Amino acid sequence: MAGALLASTLDLLALNPPGWGATLLWGLWHSVLIAGGAFVLGLGIGILGAYGKLYGGPVTKDLLAIYTTVVRAVPELILILILYFAVTDVVNQLLVALGREKVQISGVAAGIAVLGVVQGAYATEVLRGAILAVPAGQVEAARAMGMSPLMLARRVTLPLMLALALPGLANLWLVATKDTALLAVVGFAELTQATRQAASTTKAFFTFYAAAGVLYLAVSILSSVLFAWAERRARRGQRSVSG
Amino acid sequence: MIRALMIPRRLVMLGIVLVIVALIAVYGRWDWLGEPKYQALIVRGIGNTLILLVLTMVIGMALAIPLGLAQAVGPWWLAYPARGFCGLIRGTPLLLQLFLLYYGIGSLFPGIPGIRDSWAWPILRDAWYYAILGLSLSVAGYEGEVMRGAFKAVPHGQLEAARAMGMPRFTIFRRIWLPQALHRVLPTLGGETVLQLKATPLVAMITVVDIYAVASRVRSETLITYEPLMLLAVVYMAITGVIVLIFRWFEGRVPQRTA
Repeated sequence: MAGALLASTLDLLALNPPGWGATLLWGLWHSVLIAGGAFVLGLGIGILGAYGKLYGGPVTKDLLAIYTTVVRAVPELILILILYFAVTDVVNQLLVALGREKVQISGVAAGIAVLGVVQGAYATEVLRGAILAVPAGQVEAARAMGMSPLMLARRVTLPLMLALALPGLANLWLVATKDTALLAVVGFAELTQATRQAASTTKAFFTFYAAAGVLYLAVSILSSVLFAWAERRARRGQRSVSG
Repeated sequence: MIRALMIPRRLVMLGIVLVIVALIAVYGRWDWLGEPKYQALIVRGIGNTLILLVLTMVIGMALAIPLGLAQAVGPWWLAYPARGFCGLIRGTPLLLQLFLLYYGIGSLFPGIPGIRDSWAWPILRDAWYYAILGLSLSVAGYEGEVMRGAFKAVPHGQLEAARAMGMPRFTIFRRIWLPQALHRVLPTLGGETVLQLKATPLVAMITVVDIYAVASRVRSETLITYEPLMLLAVVYMAITGVIVLIFRWFEGRVPQRTA
């Protein structure tokens, strides 16, 4: 009984076509791709947003405050729907206005754009805190050396804040990988959607959802290890708190 | 709050926002809001969302306290499973957890002979209970981790003093350890409650009728794309504001340091 169950489960998860293993892995690849792209985009928005919030003019500060507050107060699922429809609408209307034909925006690109905007709001807050925690003396010393603001950011502020920001960024990355599951709602072929397809075709619901859970868990454990390593590296040369 | 708005640039921004809101109100399609059918559904949806939020936060916290305690001071045979559970919940998407519970485990039950006639069948068939279970477990997983840190952060001297007073272990926990740990997590808990609110629309994916499901139904029945989503955003922002205010009130009531 148990042996037969195991054999049928392995058949279902096999990589070759009667099995759905390849579909799941393809979905996982898309999930990781979207999460990675969204994380990088969010990081870019976050750096600009954090600098804007700290050093920008009053209007910039207010606008950024609205952006981070609204994005963090509205559920991701609803933001994804609004942004997805809005982005595709705007792009298509632009294309029509320019006299081109409408396009179907690629799922991966739309997913990255939508999740990136969401991630950007959280990254802004994480990075703002980390930049504030960089000792003022370091920044003043660099200014006294006559560094330009860009060089100051590149050589002093950003490297020093990295160690402080990494725990928050690690959390954000994990949130990004899990938020890709929400894209299943708009029908992207990422891991959860692929799993849903496999499960409803074969009626082996439990097997496939558990398998997808294992895949997500593997991604999160692997990234925890990588981020711990990155933090150790970013902190090298700093005194440990306990010592 | 009001005074912070009385700056020329903020008044201009407020004006722009009001104009946009007015444009949306005038040119958007809001006629569906007038239909009694949808009004009743919206009230029911918001009610269900609030019930889900409060109920799962309470159940989840009740589970999180032993989970945190087990991880902070428990023997290894309690600490390891607790840590494993928290890692499992935090490492997989909530949507997948809900699918696994409702479609996965829910699909195994009909195979048990005689279950269709038992008293448990209406519960096992109802998505509502799976939603409560899934969201509660999620709170337990995330908050168990938070509580672990909180239990560890209570100063050792407090517990030693209580022990020196001859308090039994459970009294120490009830009077000293738990209150101080909860006091510490109160600001975090406010943020986590907002996160939990934002997780509730996922239950619509397993057919529970919360406010998100109501908006989806309006969208599919009336073929209006944006307006129901905007209503949703406003509803969730309003609930978020209320949660923030409630927790601010709570924090104000907890005595700060007395010594």
